[in-house]
Amino acid sequence: MTTQTTAPKTSGGVAGDGSTGLIGIPAHLGRALATGGGLLTVVSTFLAWTWTAEFPGDLTVYGYPGGLQVLVLIAGALTTLLGLASYGVRGLGWLVPAGADAALKFAALSAFATTWYTVIAISAQLGGLVNLEPGAYVAAAATLVAFLGALALPFERPEPDPFDPDDTGWEQFKHTSGNNWQTVKAAFASGTPRTLRPLPSYVEILIIVAVLAVALLVFTYGIGTEYDELFVGFLITAGLGFAALNKAGLIAQATQITSRHTNITVCGAFIAAACFPFTQTDDQYATLGVYILIFATVALGLNIVVGLAGLLDLGYVAFLGVGAYAASMVSGSPSSPFDLHLPFWAAVLVGAAASLVFGVLIGAPTLRLRGDYLAIVTLGFGEIFRITANNLDGTSGPDVTNGSNGISSIPDLNVLGFDLGVQHDIGGFTIGRFANYFFLMLIITAVVVLVFRRSGDSRIGRAWVAIREDETAALAMGINGFRVKLIAFAVGATLAGLAGTVQAHVTYTVTPEQYLFAGTTPPNSAFLLAAVVLGGMGTIAGPLIGASLLFLIPNKLQFLGDYQLFAFGLALVLLMRFRPEGLIANRRNKLEFHEEAEAPTTLSKTGA
Amino acid sequence: MTALLEVEDLRVAYGKIEAVKGISFKVDAGEVVTLIGTNGAGKTTTLRTLSGLLKPVGGQIKFGGKSLKKVPAHQIVSMGLAHSPEGRHIFPRMTIEDNLRLGAFLRSDRAGIEKDIQRAYDLFPILGERRKQAAGTLSGGEQQMLAMGRALMSQPKLLMLDEPSMGLSPIMMQKIMQTIAELKSQGTTILLVEQNAQAALSLADHGHVMEVGSIVLSGSGRELLHDESVRKAYLGED
Repeated sequence: MTTQTTAPKTSGGVAGDGSTGLIGIPAHLGRALATGGGLLTVVSTFLAWTWTAEFPGDLTVYGYPGGLQVLVLIAGALTTLLGLASYGVRGLGWLVPAGADAALKFAALSAFATTWYTVIAISAQLGGLVNLEPGAYVAAAATLVAFLGALALPFERPEPDPFDPDDTGWEQFKHTSGNNWQTVKAAFASGTPRTLRPLPSYVEILIIVAVLAVALLVFTYGIGTEYDELFVGFLITAGLGFAALNKAGLIAQATQITSRHTNITVCGAFIAAACFPFTQTDDQYATLGVYILIFATVALGLNIVVGLAGLLDLGYVAFLGVGAYAASMVSGSPSSPFDLHLPFWAAVLVGAAASLVFGVLIGAPTLRLRGDYLAIVTLGFGEIFRITANNLDGTSGPDVTNGSNGISSIPDLNVLGFDLGVQHDIGGFTIGRFANYFFLMLIITAVVVLVFRRSGDSRIGRAWVAIREDETAALAMGINGFRVKLIAFAVGATLAGLAGTVQAHVTYTVTPEQYLFAGTTPPNSAFLLAAVVLGGMGTIAGPLIGASLLFLIPNKLQFLGDYQLFAFGLALVLLMRFRPEGLIANRRNKLEFHEEAEAPTTLSKTGA
Repeated sequence: MTALLEVEDLRVAYGKIEAVKGISFKVDAGEVVTLIGTNGAGKTTTLRTLSGLLKPVGGQIKFGGKSLKKVPAHQIVSMGLAHSPEGRHIFPRMTIEDNLRLGAFLRSDRAGIEKDIQRAYDLFPILGERRKQAAGTLSGGEQQMLAMGRALMSQPKLLMLDEPSMGLSPIMMQKIMQTIAELKSQGTTILLVEQNAQAALSLADHGHVMEVGSIVLSGSGRELLHDESVRKAYLGED
């Protein structure tokens, strides 16, 4: 369809005036409905939605929102604020630097989706609409009205692609649906945010603190959700709410500010993360926190290998295993073949060194391969590690790893007289065992982030990227391809080993079955790679966020059960289709996946 | 005085197929030498072998008196042999400045690198204007300029250019050829592979005509430009 195009047959005013809403309500009415609906939504969350406390979260109380109602309240408040901002109310302009309308649509959708999900979940779980109290009807109607009102807001309609008169029916259908999709996309599109003039730096730092506090709040809320419905509601509200803020341009402005103060942001993020155990009353969710951190740290290490150097490593979890095994053997565990109990710092060095050696041993022969071949060979080595660990049990081979029973009863760590195995009271807060390990793991994460940042910006980091982009050209620049790749492999392995040393102590036991290629519980090689790809290759925040999501979602949504891997695969396929650069985009990857966005051409698609 | 680059009876094969069948030539310091010939004559193969990307089956390569036979590609660059590969091979998603810095990967003299980056911008002002832009957004001709600028960043004793005019508009090609002439006048030694025989021969001190893996004709640039058979075969005259 490059030539032979004719003008659109419908030469009416639709494409011409170009600023009507998706549905035929007058714009000013739509705006009023959206704002009013948002307000009514907020009010409705203070009403009772159901008569019995059987539905989790207790939605029966008048005057006090609970459970899912809190999420609806937040989404409704956001809708109202954005609606008021779209009227140009003084003092709210800062909310919408990129225009309010698209953001309002997402906010209204967020309230609508969360409310309707709740209402449907109540009816389905308790058996019928009869279980709904008037409050629920008010909320459902209010959010529907707000959403419809938001959809009526005008937007710039794209010029539809003209038809090719030779098209068959199927091609015409494809064409029409393509045009419709373009229209829907345009309805939810927003302008570029106005650039933020530099504020005094103390204000900017306060903004960063506020942003991090909100992030900590959202994360803590998500990790602390107690039942499936609340977590689903959380995902809906948080996801669409984030989209709304993104469309409003706030995210872009926050990114601008944080990129002006990278060091402060990174330090602040660690402080925020360190605050997490203090927000918890017991150790239940700190457990999740530690496992997420271990998973995320290993994913970040893998990101050096995959994201920076472009080496597809499918057996990365083996390095975590080597570190864990090495640390467990010198931990004084009764099932270790060595009667050794080294202090923590020595165990860390042993674990990291063992992984380093293992990384070089595996890397030296395999890194002569490129692309898919490397992936297959690393996959093989990952399995070899697991099977070897299984066989070194004294019957099939020498007794080193205690076979499939693994090394168990690994004692708790004692760092500088601080016993990580017991509870401590710090300033009125009770810090349990997992919270102790959370702090220790946070330090390891900081080390990995530091290594990632410093090496990524250095000469070796440039060489990694060059090798990834074009190996031939990199060689012609005088880059020793093999050595540079081996360094990436070794650094990645060492960092994984570092995390492994802590993991061994957290889990008490190290068995071969913890280090699979693919399984239902992270970390395994497939999930690690997925965390990197999902989060965004070559970035720091990407794997951390990707790992958090990949850990929390299967953990929280128990009802997924056997369909967990299926859902996970589906999510990956959708992500690759709609956002191939991952949730957090690296500047360079953005260029690769969305070339048209960065390089506006004067030529149209038809070449005219 | 020995020549900067001496190639003797060089043979290169892809599997069983011999692409270069025993060629010999030399490049003296300060000269521009060109290899011309049609597609498949073995010109690019020769350059790739010189820079260590391919291994020869037989023959000798001496650069500055030392044999290159067992030297890996990245060390050849550090010896002063830079290669601007066919098809440009710039790093499209890096900025122009990062591309140039990678050209100086083996150097550690910061001040000198900054000076040479400035020199590249002086030589190709368009690169200076777009230094923070991704290299992939440049036009073909500009990418070629970047590839040449990048190769120069290693301060080579010998610059090998593989078909710098490939796929360029006539105006852009003229510009590239002018730049090569400028580099020559600054004393850069260049080994130029070209299909555009007219342009290459009018620049070159010496030229060699390659056909299916062998050198069939050698002479000074001027001689070859006026040679009957060359004019027939490559310059489109009857």
